[in-house]
Amino acid sequence: MTFELETASAPETLRRVAIDPVSRVEGHGKVTILLDDSNRVHQVRLHIVEFRGFEKFIQGRPYWEVPVMVQRLCGICPVSHHLAASKALDMMLGVRQLTPTAEKIRRLMHYGQILQSHALHFFHLASPDLLFGFGSDLAQRNIVGVAAAHPEIARKGVLLRKFGQEVIRMTAGKRVHGTGSVPGGVNKSLAPEERAALLKDIYQMVAWSRDAVGMVRQLFEQNLAEYNAFGRFRAAGMCLVRSDGAMDLYHGGLRARDVEGKTLFDHFDYGRYWDVIAEDVKPWSYMKFPFFKSLGPEGGSYRVGPLTRVTQCDSIPTPLADHEREEFMAYDGGSVTGATLGYHWARMIEMLHAAENIKDLLHDDDISGHDLMATGTRQERGVGVIEAPRGTLIHHYRVDENDLVIRANLIVSTTHNNQAMNTAVREVAKQYLDGVEITEGLLNHIEIAIRAFDPCLSCATHALGQMPLEVAIVGADGTVIDAATRDHRGLVREIQKIRAIT
Amino acid sequence: MNIFQLDGEDIPFRAGQTVMQAATRHGVYIPHLCWHPDFAAHGSCKLCTVKVNGRFGSACTLEAQPGMNVENRTTELDDKRRTMLQMFFVEGNHFCPSCEKSGNCALQATAYELKMMSPHFDMFYPDRPVDASHPDVLLDFNRCIMCSLCVTASREVDGKHVFAMGGRGILGRRIHINSESGKLADTDFALTDRAASICPVGVILEKRRGFAVPIGERKYDKSPISAQVKEKAP
Ligand code: SF4
Ligand code: FES
Repeated sequence: MTFELETASAPETLRRVAIDPVSRVEGHGKVTILLDDSNRVHQVRLHIVEFRGFEKFIQGRPYWEVPVMVQRLCGICPVSHHLAASKALDMMLGVRQLTPTAEKIRRLMHYGQILQSHALHFFHLASPDLLFGFGSDLAQRNIVGVAAAHPEIARKGVLLRKFGQEVIRMTAGKRVHGTGSVPGGVNKSLAPEERAALLKDIYQMVAWSRDAVGMVRQLFEQNLAEYNAFGRFRAAGMCLVRSDGAMDLYHGGLRARDVEGKTLFDHFDYGRYWDVIAEDVKPWSYMKFPFFKSLGPEGGSYRVGPLTRVTQCDSIPTPLADHEREEFMAYDGGSVTGATLGYHWARMIEMLHAAENIKDLLHDDDISGHDLMATGTRQERGVGVIEAPRGTLIHHYRVDENDLVIRANLIVSTTHNNQAMNTAVREVAKQYLDGVEITEGLLNHIEIAIRAFDPCLSCATHALGQMPLEVAIVGADGTVIDAATRDHRGLVREIQKIRAIT
Repeated sequence: MNIFQLDGEDIPFRAGQTVMQAATRHGVYIPHLCWHPDFAAHGSCKLCTVKVNGRFGSACTLEAQPGMNVENRTTELDDKRRTMLQMFFVEGNHFCPSCEKSGNCALQATAYELKMMSPHFDMFYPDRPVDASHPDVLLDFNRCIMCSLCVTASREVDGKHVFAMGGRGILGRRIHINSESGKLADTDFALTDRAASICPVGVILEKRRGFAVPIGERKYDKSPISAQVKEKAP
């Protein structure tokens, strides 16, 4: 134990920070680029340490605490964990159908989360790269720069996000660490004055979301060749779809397609997800690599998230977003649907879909109903799957007869995307690695590729040019040729040449 | 009428009443954790420490005397209380954001009352397994503050002796269950027992209720703990 705080003036206002498994350290994105004999990019490894031990926190805890507790696992999309855990525990309680009020309140909460998350990602984190160009001045390329050059766009971004947070607060009870969703239902519905407050602004939100789709489209029109080529690769994909094949971000069956677009499984009951996907372990990574069982660990990796959802669904059940989906799919002969940066366009279509859904739900009297809870016959296990802002999120629990969780398995969106992110970074490294030296330009392009997936990594919550990154280039013989670290000031702090290549 | 002074205010009392009883009846809050109006004082948490004529004493055990001059919510005393609260927080595993007792918890409410902003000390992270054996009640010892109220309630009201305090030291001392297996399931404890609803923190919990009442609509969400003493005074 240390005592130096005791000598500080007003020590009672200071806090000791114990670094333990409960408080997570903010991570660097760590990338290793492996070269072949002729110094061409052979493989890229993205090292992610953030998802270790999730399951351990939950084991031994009473099940009714889990939907609230899991929100502490990830500060980036707590609501998605809240809902996925609730869905899993609905199943464990044998609740097959929620009351209409509970289902609609949960959906409202979910669409609020999609809206605020997509708005945050696009306006705060991605729009600076896109608006100013990848090669522009880093000092300008942040939300402050956007606010200066495009005040209207920045303002809309802030207000869209705020609106989404309000929806979350009213449905979940709090903006963060809400408790609204409980196993078997919800604990509150919307009061008339809450509904009225949201209704007042929702039409504006729908309109602004539409503008945002238009804005990405315009950006693609201006930079089509560059955007389309950036980190491009063909990927398989997985998402939930509704029974009629339409997009449903809250509930549905699993649909998967291979790189050719051929259907691998469709409307698959996620309660048995382990029949179709498995997780591979690699010695260099803490994060698992999920794959489609039918294709095997080598060729079975897949992608999740907005781009997959928008391209794999048959339609979007809200009219404005569906129109935008059709435009997106048809644009330039469909070329954008395979582009890594197509994620941004798809993400804004989903934001519009979320806004439209919120509008419809706000007009539905069920959201002010009082029948909140359903019951059923208890099962031993439960699986809950939801399409979180970043993609498919799986929660799976086994609960013993004393009500304690004895086993938990979580597959988060970023884990599904693990291989795809590695591949995208590899493609970018191939494109932008010039010689065997790490440059600022390379770091920035790696960053843009990682960010397109909107991974829930703490490193990815930084503005562009500020993502803490460690990159190493390793030669075919295993020696480090070049290594660079960049800190929050966006500087390449050290480039150590371990061995010059002759 | 007997009178003593509490922070300059006249507090009437009946002979035999403690400073805590008289103050509470008069609507004045003295911070406390182990005292409960229905039971004899235990005098163990020391949060109710006041200064009487310049000397420290526990308000919950101290008999009121005419003419006493009692200091209660002074900066000096509240600073000490805050430090004691910080010790309570680090000795157990209190994670308010995911605790189902949040909003109904006396420890949390007292920490808000005393404006405790952080635990300040190193966390102990004691290993205290839960007892989920009982069909209706969960015991999560992670949050126990050793107030002994459950021991007293079970013994005096329920006549059952389900709980006992035992062990030594900060990490050794804990609540024991009086059954051969040490499990609650093997006692005659019932959800209807007084002891089942006495715990000021989140140890003794009705199972499967959890977050049925939303955060924001709970006891201490409505008004601070000190205001509730005032509201309840006759
Ligand atoms: S279990 Fe609750 S009532 Fe019993 S000693 Fe611990 S904190 Fe007090
Ligand atoms: S309340 Fe007086 S010692 Fe605990």
